[in-house]
Amino acid sequence: MKFDKYEWTAISIMVFLFILVGFIQGWSVSLVILNMCIISAIMTMGVNISWGYAGVINFGVMGFLAMGGLAAVLVSYPPVKEAWHVGGSGLGISFILLVALVTVVYFITKLVEKKSHKYWLNGLVIFFGLIIIRYFFLNATVRIEEVDPALAGFLGGANLPIIFSWVVGGIFAGGVAFVIGKVALGLRSDYLAIVTLGISEIVVSVLKHEEWLSRGVKNVIGLKRPVPYEINLQTSDWFINMVMWFNSSKLNQIIDANQKQEILNKLIIDSSSLFVKLNYAILFFTVMIVIYYFANKAQISPWGRMMRAIRDNEVSANAMGKDIVKQHLIIFVIGAAIVGVAGAMLVTLDGLFTPSSYRPLRFTFIIWIMVIVGGSGNNLGAIFGGFVIWFAWIEVAPLTTFLINLFTSGLDPQNAIRLHLLDSVPYFRYLLMGMVLLLILRYRPKGIIPEKVRHS
Amino acid sequence: MVDFINSIVVLLNFVIIPGLSYGSQLALGALGVTFVYAILRFANFAHGELMSFGAMITILFTWFFQSQNIGLGIFPTALIALPFGILATIVLGLLSDKFVFKYYRKQKSVPVVLAMVSIGVMFVINAIVRIIIGPGDKKFFDGQKFIIKARDFKEITGFNEGLALKSSQVITILITIALLTFTFWFLQKTKTGKSMRAFSDNEDLALLSGINPDRVVFITWLIVGTLACVAGTLYGLDKSYQPIIYLNLVLPIFASAIVGGIGSPFGAVVGGYVIAFSEIMVTYAYKKFFKYLLPENLEPSSLVQLLSTDYKFAVSFTILVIVLLIRPSGIFRGKVL
Amino acid sequence: MISLKGVNITAGYGGVDIIKNINLYVNEGEIVVIVGPNGAGKSTAMKALLGMLKLTDGSVSFAKDDITLMLPQDRVNLGIAFVPQTNNVFTGMTVEENLEMGGFIRSDDIKHTIEDIYNLFPILKEKRNQNAGELSGGQRQQVAFGRALMTKPKILMLDEPTAGVSPIVMDELFARIIEVGKTGVGILMVEQNAKQALNIADRGYVLVNGKHSREGSGQDLLNNPEVRKSFLGG
Repeated sequence: MKFDKYEWTAISIMVFLFILVGFIQGWSVSLVILNMCIISAIMTMGVNISWGYAGVINFGVMGFLAMGGLAAVLVSYPPVKEAWHVGGSGLGISFILLVALVTVVYFITKLVEKKSHKYWLNGLVIFFGLIIIRYFFLNATVRIEEVDPALAGFLGGANLPIIFSWVVGGIFAGGVAFVIGKVALGLRSDYLAIVTLGISEIVVSVLKHEEWLSRGVKNVIGLKRPVPYEINLQTSDWFINMVMWFNSSKLNQIIDANQKQEILNKLIIDSSSLFVKLNYAILFFTVMIVIYYFANKAQISPWGRMMRAIRDNEVSANAMGKDIVKQHLIIFVIGAAIVGVAGAMLVTLDGLFTPSSYRPLRFTFIIWIMVIVGGSGNNLGAIFGGFVIWFAWIEVAPLTTFLINLFTSGLDPQNAIRLHLLDSVPYFRYLLMGMVLLLILRYRPKGIIPEKVRHS
Repeated sequence: MVDFINSIVVLLNFVIIPGLSYGSQLALGALGVTFVYAILRFANFAHGELMSFGAMITILFTWFFQSQNIGLGIFPTALIALPFGILATIVLGLLSDKFVFKYYRKQKSVPVVLAMVSIGVMFVINAIVRIIIGPGDKKFFDGQKFIIKARDFKEITGFNEGLALKSSQVITILITIALLTFTFWFLQKTKTGKSMRAFSDNEDLALLSGINPDRVVFITWLIVGTLACVAGTLYGLDKSYQPIIYLNLVLPIFASAIVGGIGSPFGAVVGGYVIAFSEIMVTYAYKKFFKYLLPENLEPSSLVQLLSTDYKFAVSFTILVIVLLIRPSGIFRGKVL
Repeated sequence: MISLKGVNITAGYGGVDIIKNINLYVNEGEIVVIVGPNGAGKSTAMKALLGMLKLTDGSVSFAKDDITLMLPQDRVNLGIAFVPQTNNVFTGMTVEENLEMGGFIRSDDIKHTIEDIYNLFPILKEKRNQNAGELSGGQRQQVAFGRALMTKPKILMLDEPTAGVSPIVMDELFARIIEVGKTGVGILMVEQNAKQALNIADRGYVLVNGKHSREGSGQDLLNNPEVRKSFLGG
């Protein structure tokens, strides 16, 4: 990987910012932001692959993230045996019926010649088919949801290490993307934007309300971690020894044994949380680098060149005999899968799955701002956009508070305007995001780190 | 016979009247989106926020009038505040055009860039609204709440089922009828309206006919601002005002505009009602309705509900996807005003 | 005598000049035709005169005014009308509305002009309430022609008015063009059907490779053996 001067500057700025936060707000804060920045960067790369390489718009980010999140639950949560017992067969029957229905519809579409007949016949079959399926399905799901509703009420998962879900999340999201792509690709891009946005809302509302599958709004908490728990670290000898070794000079200065023990305990607690976050950071960073490596590799491959050709001139690419819709579908699915990976990682980091937290503003539009700001078509730009925007998203709140206090320092502390403004601090980040997006689109439409023009 | 009337009353009360008022709100919103799409040629993601902004200004003026004891008696005070809201919304629309959209229009940017830009505008308005009025639920309805109360209806008519008619619903429907009539009259009969249709139909030829594009854009924002503010205020009056709702409304509004045939104002209006009625009809539990119609032994035991109300929102999008699959140009083959 | 005049005009697309140093003019009441082989820059010359292309050199004047830098929509107000080759009607509007839009800049009563146009093209009166998009190709051309006439232009420019219409309709259209010319309107048109066009023209220009190759009265050009050989088909 060769970076030019400009890119090195961008990287150094990012590193510098995290060190700065580390010193001012503490390393723990710095690492928390860093972890989310990395996940954001992966989402951004996912969007960038479809938009930046091929010009395929994907406003369904939120839905693909949620699919990744679902994967984390389904992979790592222990199965709820009771629920499988009461509802498994019912679900199985409805699934088989669904497959049968799809087959019938498929053959009707294939065999019936007249278009109007086709629609009516399909409509009837689907209508009555769904009624029958619904009967078995509702029967099963109601029973499942009755199983220990306070703790379970859903099928649970496969009880595997959660890290597998990162791959499964990609597959889930890719699968959904395949269906969406089959339906919607080929539409004009602003239509496609609206349709993907809408379908992602459907995906999230399914996850919110199908409790047998995802526990819905009751959320899934206490997911297993891929990294050690703080409490275990605090009682492990090797960890305590490591903390002592790192802080030996500081500890040696203290003579009083009690005081020494007290400080050591505090250090151990702090370090354990820091260590956990650091572990996450290392894992996430590895994933990011791997994706970055392959994304770059793909971009300079003949396939990437073809994608650019399609993006820049659909008409001539079409004339060259490239199957554009198929290529668009491929790249849409790949992009969505990467977003799905990020979604699984996000839930892994949080340790909980809350379907109602998936909102388009936060999980679709902000990601898009990252892509545009970073520079579409450039993977480092995507990463940079993810880092910078997430960083700003977090740090703008303390900064705004500081500024409001500064500008209203002449006013009475109980002044209504001042208090109102301080109440509104969280919304200034939307203002900032909007302004940043508008300014970048106006004055640097190719983003901060633009796509490199390749002469190939 | 009585049973039949009872069943109709149930349907009126829970499906038709709510459908008409929600449909009107969507129709007005979709018409605004359509105007931007047909004249300025982009999908305006900020339209929901424009509605929210208009409603907010109306609310602020309503509060002011209420504090001054100015009111309309049985009618909501918001009706006097509405013109101020409309004015402010128009100004905001024009400002956003002058400082943001105009540049890209002159550059002849592709529609998707303008859509991105509108997302930036959406964020900014969203923030302004929340900074000014806060994210919470705001009440501003006053005056007489019901025209007919369910209980009164039962007493007067002697039916089992009550029919409640909220004044906000009637106001919504009346204002919508007036505004739609005016808009269509304007487009069909006036020279300026026709010039807007011409501009939307064939921009180059409109220029060759001496139609001033800046004037067309200006009038577009007048109309869009009015429609957005009225739609936003009516929605707030009917349900309640909360900034987040308007963000969520953008999708059903887009769905309405596209389902009817994007760019076609008539299609947008029809689309609004189609979406509203499907949302309500698909998620309504028809048990009560059938109770009156069917003989006792056939009475349904379940709720007779196609989808749980949780999916209300998903319905509009499912319809959109189906329409795009079967008839991509929408019901009315839209493209131009 | 009012005339639209291009002096020494040079213009093209994306930095490539398609026409070079062309001089042409059209007077009131005169029918002038630009003919030439495909890609000779006929339409480009017309667009340059209309201001739809930026000139890299030369100037355009109308009557006594220099209008080189004037926007095309402002030239409409001066009395210069243009009928594009394609997309020349408002497809979603009725025939009558198309004519009304043609008269958009006028503040006087346009009803008489509409009647005049209906007299010129009786079929339009019949179809007045039909959408222009539903008409046949020849009828559309009539609507487009009528729309441009609504401005009461002094100079009317037509870009290949007979492209894609049948020979019968073509003769019909040419007859109307002569009729309009007789009312005192100056007509400048680009034509693919060079023979017929030169037949009705007072003057003609022959463009080859973006340059003048010949200029003269319609009959002269028709009789010129070189012109005949190169693109009139012998």
